Amino acid sequence: MWKRAMIGALVLFLVGAAAYASFYVAPEERTMRVIQRIFYFHAASAWAGMTAFFICFAANLLYVWRREERWDSLAVSCAEVGLAFITVVLITGPIWAKPAWGIYWTWDARLTSTFVLWLLYISYLLLRTLIEEPDRRALLSALFGIFAFIDVPIVFGAIRWWRTQHPAPVIMGGPGSGLEPTMRKVFFFSVLALHALMVFLIAERYRLEKLRTDLELVRREAEAI
Amino acid sequence: MSLLPNTAVLLGKELRTEFRSRELLTTTIVFILIVMVLFSFTFEPTSDESRRVAPGLLWLAFLFASSLMLQPCFLREQHNDTLSALRLSVSDPFGIFLAKVTANTIFLLLTELLLLPLFALMYNVPVVSVLHWLLLVFFLSSLGISIAGTALSAISAQARMRELLLPLLMLPLLTPILVVSTEVTRALFDRGPYVKWKGIGFLAVFDVVFLTALWLFGEYLLEE
Repeated sequence: MWKRAMIGALVLFLVGAAAYASFYVAPEERTMRVIQRIFYFHAASAWAGMTAFFICFAANLLYVWRREERWDSLAVSCAEVGLAFITVVLITGPIWAKPAWGIYWTWDARLTSTFVLWLLYISYLLLRTLIEEPDRRALLSALFGIFAFIDVPIVFGAIRWWRTQHPAPVIMGGPGSGLEPTMRKVFFFSVLALHALMVFLIAERYRLEKLRTDLELVRREAEAI
Repeated sequence: MSLLPNTAVLLGKELRTEFRSRELLTTTIVFILIVMVLFSFTFEPTSDESRRVAPGLLWLAFLFASSLMLQPCFLREQHNDTLSALRLSVSDPFGIFLAKVTANTIFLLLTELLLLPLFALMYNVPVVSVLHWLLLVFFLSSLGISIAGTALSAISAQARMRELLLPLLMLPLLTPILVVSTEVTRALFDRGPYVKWKGIGFLAVFDVVFLTALWLFGEYLLEE
């Protein structure tokens, strides 16, 4: 209990430090001024979300292969946490877009594909709620998770190809293209902090899932008596 | 190697079941017709406007229709309790999928081909000169829709709210098909029609990737 609380406090401290760094350490961007500082959380959340989905995919594969309950628990934990991070991306995006581009939303390639990705994982979680039997739920959702994950690069590729056919309404300067050194350090610190938060949340959610399956088992045994 | 003969027998069964009643084809055609008429109210179907909007409308209608059409694919086996018999009848469960995917592709292609002349007349787009290219796009897209859709209908058939669930699983997964087919079709409907090879390549890649995934994971979808 104490150990978990300590780790939680450490993660919170890291996230707080990343927030501090993005406001007070990173230099101000010339054209977008203060609003650009949302970038350190926006892009870092996207990275953390994608990592969570990748772990989810690996857990799905492992479940299909090994049929061990823990992989299913890990997969659902990663999907939920990844979805939370991508939701943060979809919320901070428009907050940044309004002052920078003048509009909240544009059907730009990256925005659209992130939104489709979000929908795919919503469907994954929805599917899980609609299958009663635990083993079947685990297997079928793992298979859907695999299909969804291999679809992601195709979605990104297709939408990018389609949107670059038209002149983009606003051109977003790629963050990787030329970051100022301090900005770069702050960004990678944010990435680290949010990954720590992601791992912490997944571990907590995994524990919860474990308790939940144990409870389900006990309940079933009680019903059988 | 008994996969192909098995698949051929199962395909024959799928086709016979459908052509005996023609329920699936009739309802899908009527559904797409309704969508086509309803869509005409949402914009001014002049020739220029149609060239711009009609490809999207066409593929959206096909996609929605296919999410209905693929419903009974595994549900029928479940209702008649024939899934176990099917599994026992073939050594490789991929044969079941192969037969169903082929049958669904044929059904989708048939509806598309039957509705294309009507669509061309109603929306005032020239199709005759680019028919062979359109056929290629129709084939690749229908194949992609069938591969992914058949796999997902095996999943949704085992869940609650299955009728609602299949479109929810299928439509986001098929976004690439919608995006690319629409774009390729639009280029073909252009005043100076041209072929977007990259798009056609994309559709082929989608088909190959999902067919491989189905081949790798298909047997788990049918586990009892």
